This record gives sequence, C-alpha cells and structure tokens, in this order.
Amino acid sequence: MNLHEFQAKRRFGEFGIPVPVGEVAYTPEEAYQIAQKLGGVTVVKAQVFTGGRGKAGGVKVAKTPDDARQHAQAILGMDIKGHTVHKVLVDPGANIKGELYLAVTNDRAARRPLIMASAEGGMDIEEVNRTMPEKILRVHVDPLLGLRSYQIVEIASGINLPRELWKQFTKILQGLYQCYKDSDATLCEINPLAIVEENGEQKLKALDGKMSLDDNGLYRHQDLAAQRDTSADPAEEIQAREADLSYVKLDGQIGCMVNGAGLAMATMDLTAHFGQQYGVGPANFLDVAGGADAAKVATALRIILSDPDVKVILINIFGGITRCDEVAKGILAALAEVPTELPMIIRLAGTNQDEGLRILEEASLPNVTGARTLNEAAQLAVETVRGVL
Amino acid sequence: MAILIDKDTRVLVAGMTGRQGKFHAQQMLDYGTNVVGGITPAKGGEWVLSKPIFDTAKTAKEATDANCVVIFVPPFAAADSILEAIDAEIELIVCITEGIPVADMMTVRARLENSQSRLLGPNCPGLLTPGQSKVGIMPGFIAKPGPVGVVSKSGTLTYEAVFALSEQNMGQTTCVGIGGDPINGTNFIDVLKMFEADPMTEKVVLIGEIGGTDEQNAADFIHKHMTKPVVAFVAGQRAPEGKTMGHAGALVEGGTGTAAEKIEKFESVGVKVAAYPEQIPDLLR
Repeated sequence: MNLHEFQAKRRFGEFGIPVPVGEVAYTPEEAYQIAQKLGGVTVVKAQVFTGGRGKAGGVKVAKTPDDARQHAQAILGMDIKGHTVHKVLVDPGANIKGELYLAVTNDRAARRPLIMASAEGGMDIEEVNRTMPEKILRVHVDPLLGLRSYQIVEIASGINLPRELWKQFTKILQGLYQCYKDSDATLCEINPLAIVEENGEQKLKALDGKMSLDDNGLYRHQDLAAQRDTSADPAEEIQAREADLSYVKLDGQIGCMVNGAGLAMATMDLTAHFGQQYGVGPANFLDVAGGADAAKVATALRIILSDPDVKVILINIFGGITRCDEVAKGILAALAEVPTELPMIIRLAGTNQDEGLRILEEASLPNVTGARTLNEAAQLAVETVRGVL
Repeated sequence: MAILIDKDTRVLVAGMTGRQGKFHAQQMLDYGTNVVGGITPAKGGEWVLSKPIFDTAKTAKEATDANCVVIFVPPFAAADSILEAIDAEIELIVCITEGIPVADMMTVRARLENSQSRLLGPNCPGLLTPGQSKVGIMPGFIAKPGPVGVVSKSGTLTYEAVFALSEQNMGQTTCVGIGGDPINGTNFIDVLKMFEADPMTEKVVLIGEIGGTDEQNAADFIHKHMTKPVVAFVAGQRAPEGKTMGHAGALVEGGTGTAAEKIEKFESVGVKVAAYPEQIPDLLR
C-alpha cells in the first residue's frame, strides 16, 4: 500500500523530520483559505499515486491566496497518467539553496535494508540511477544491529554534505530509518531533502515524501492501514481485497479463477498465448488460494461477473490437498447463488478429478464445459470468446 | 538418494494442534513421513495423532532427536517460530506460512547466517521425496520416484508440472518448493547445487515467476556450474507492472523482474524454456 505525499510527510514529522506545515484542500476555496492562513508564497501540489506531477502541470507556485485558488481550480480534476486528482496539498514556499536525495528501502537481493543518498536530489532518481549511478551512495544496514552512527558519517561525507548540516542530517536519517522500521515500510523516500534558508540560517527540510508499506505488516499499524486511499483502485480490486482474494484487472475477455498464484499466472499467460492473434486474452488474474470452498468460489464469481468485459469464464483448479469433487460441489453451490448465462470452461485436475468432472456433467448445466488439461481449457476458452464476439 | 529429506528424516510439526497443522500432519503420516511430534506453546504434554506435543522446539528436539520442523503457525507468530527452531539448531526448517512481514524475514535471514539451520520458505508448499517422505502440503499421489529434480517458487504450478512429468513416466528425485516471498531462506541456486551433487538426479526442472533476480542468478549458475540439463518455466508473462500477482514476491518493479527478461536470460545460456507447463516433459526428453 502507498501513502500520499501529505500522509508520508505527516508520518515523517512524527519521527522528528522537519517538514513543511501545509494542509490538504479538496476545493479551490479550501486552497485559498489554507494559503491565506500560511501567508506568503505557497505551492499547490496534486496528490496522486504517480510520478511526473511537475511535468504534467500538477505542481504550481502561488504568490497570493487568489493564485492558490486558481491553481487548485486547474489541478483538481486533472488527469495525470490516468490518475484523476481529487485533492491538493498546499505547502508554504521555501527558499531552496540545494536539493539532496535520501531514502530507506528493502533491498530484496541483499535481503536487508538499504539507504540511498545523493547530492543530486529533486530529479527523478530512476533517471539519475540510469545516467549517473555513481552519484547515488548505497549503504546497507544489518537488521540485527540497526543503523549505526559511523554509517551516517559515511553517508554525509560520501555525498559531500556541508559539515554545518551534519548534525541536522544525522537526526533526519535516524528519524527516517526509525520511521521505516516502525511503519513496516518498504520505502521511505525524501526527494528533495532541501537545504533551505530560513531567517538567515541554512536548514534541511523534507519538501517531498513518499512511503510504501508492506501489506503483510499492516496488521501492526491499524492507523496507517486506515489511511489507504482506494479512490484510484478498480471496484473489483477493492472487493477482492476485502474478501482476502488476490485479484488484478487486465484488459481481455476471459474471466479467470484459479487456485494458487503461480498457476493463476500460468493460466493467464496461456490464454494470452492462444488468444493473442485474435485479440483475445485474460480479463483478470484471480487466485482463490487453497480450499476453494463454495463461499469463496461464489465471491470470486461475483467479482469476475461484475466486470462487463468478461465474455467467458475459465475456472482452473488443480486439487492437491483440495479434492476436485468438493470443488465441483462448491462451484455448483456458488452458481446457484450467483447464476450466470456466460459460457464457463471448468478444468479440474488432481485429487478425485474424474469424480469432480462427473458431478459437473450430471448437473448438465447448458453453459458449462469440462476440460481435463490446462491447454485444452485455455484453447476452449479462446475459441468460445471468438464465437461470441 | 535424494536431497534434503528421505525416509529417515525425523519431523516435528509446529502448530500441530491447529486445524491446518493437524490435517497436514495426518497427510504426512499417511504418506510415510516419520513425524515424531509437535510443538505448540502451552499444549506441551498433550498428544495429537498419537504423537507427543511439546511447549518449545528445544524440548521437542531433545526428546525426539528431530532434524526437521515444518511450521504451520499464523503469520504474526511464524518468524518467532523460525527463530526458535534456529536457536534449537534444527537442521531443516520448512515454513509453510504465507503473509510474514518482510521486516521479520530480514531479521530471520540475518540470524540464519552462521547458524546450523537451513530454512525452506516461507510461503512455500514444502518438499517431497517420492516414495520416502513429504514435509509440507504437496499432494503425494502426483509424484513418483525417478531421475528428475524439481525446484519451484509456486505450489499449484509445481503440482501441474509434477503431474505432467509423472503422466509421461518421468519420476522425480525430490520436488522442492522454495516459496513466493521476496525474502526466503533457500533460493534456486542452493537447490540446483544439491541436485548437481545428487547422483540420482539426472535432469532438473526449474519453475520461476516474475519479480526479483533469483531466476537470472540461477541461469548464471547453471551456465557456469551445472553439467545436468535444466528445463525452465517462468510464470507471469502477461503481468502488468507494479501489481502484486498473488505471491508477495511476484511483482515487476521499475521494469525489472519481468518474465521476458528471465526467459531471455535462460535461453541465452542454453536452458530450454517451456511455453506452458505441459511442454516441460517434451523438452526434458
């Protein structure tokens, strides 16, 4: 799960990291009021889960509260890379003298936390990584030891940070690492960590922030979990998340229901493999996981059917511990609850597969066809879609 | 011979008093696995399936001389259960639990270094040496003894591949599920090394998926160190970027970890890649 900039910066603030004192506006009028309260120059920033806001015109400097209202008017409702802007952050302006980059993230390959720092802040860090990777300093943290003081010195010195800022930098990096740990974050990023001039003094301030959280750790952070913004998620994905099913919307016509993530991906790939030349493919990824009892199958079926693009349903179950006869009964019970006229291809394999297929045959549902192998099922699904299109 | 487990492996079941633990302990016993006891805090002294339950891993190991533990406890307690098993110096720890926070797994990984234990998983189906022993949740009936080693990130996809192999009369030495989490205990290379060294294994099947660089590293290893033929399959060719496909680790991030990238890497070192699971036996011939 991702946090918005304003949520991330608020969280950073809780760990002693200096952040601007802005507020969120949902209307141009609110933006005006916040700008008036802050006084002076403000920055109006679109709050969406995508990069490149600046280039798209989603970040604007406002000299007066009237300017802030006008910018908010233009930005709210704007489409940035397919994301509609529903809210803006109004931050006080800053007198920026320099921009750094600082982040803590999970290094999957090294299996430990990684701190990344650069004197080339403010830019797209992936771009910096591509063009001048030597400008990014990388320091791993031993999860059993935590972040040590000498490592902070290594980083401050490594990015040639002016020494008068080291004390502030130490506090900020310690705060950021603690925030990462205490939030079960997979990424805590400050870009830019700006050197700003306030009352003739140089100060470090987190002008922009980004946080991604580990969904598996959310049970420890109810307060953070409650901040999830689902307004950009497809309705089916929200429904699936609530039912503890794994679902991803794709753009084809075959609604897939499979047990197991790997098999669900393989099923998706195979329908695309056979259907590609005809413009036919999977409408979704859906893993019903082990068990696949009637209640779960019914929920999954409801989610698949709520997608108007679905023309054919493909159920692929490999019964390991799960018995295919029980799955077949589950499917029939689910169909009684969620009736559909759409053609269904059902492939059952593994434990008690013959009995499972017999149960489906005996129910003699006109729209159900059984299949024995994954290939057979995928080909049948593609042909059926071609027949109804 | 086989790798990691055989008929003499002495298995403890952590969480054996729970619904899942008890069900799968029974399945393992039916298969012939030498289950010697269970671990559940505050249930020590009870008996389940005629096997003794212990409060701690240490007391369980002392009493049973177990060299393997399979973990069926909920995600919030699983990391603790792994750490306890490491502390008790149990040689092979198999963690079935899905949904352990990544931060917990980083701690576990750090603790595993220089320990006496090997961890398989988490979020894995376990492993199976046909005709001898199974530890975890793989269905026993799909496998049969033979010369093919199987290593995989996915559960049901492994069943699909093993089933296809068995139907073509290609039996297996050992089938190993390493799990679909971003940070796990045993990776492809660890298992490939064991298959390369195992005299009974003649050929190897590797089943990977999108996310991370484990498959790419495995391809390099195969190229440099393996004499036995390997056939690969990579799931998730149609996965959109930035979406987690069921497994916490199955995620294309910043354009890396795609199926195309992995397939290309395998093919560049001469590893045949199956277009779909049923093609695996054909490519092994």
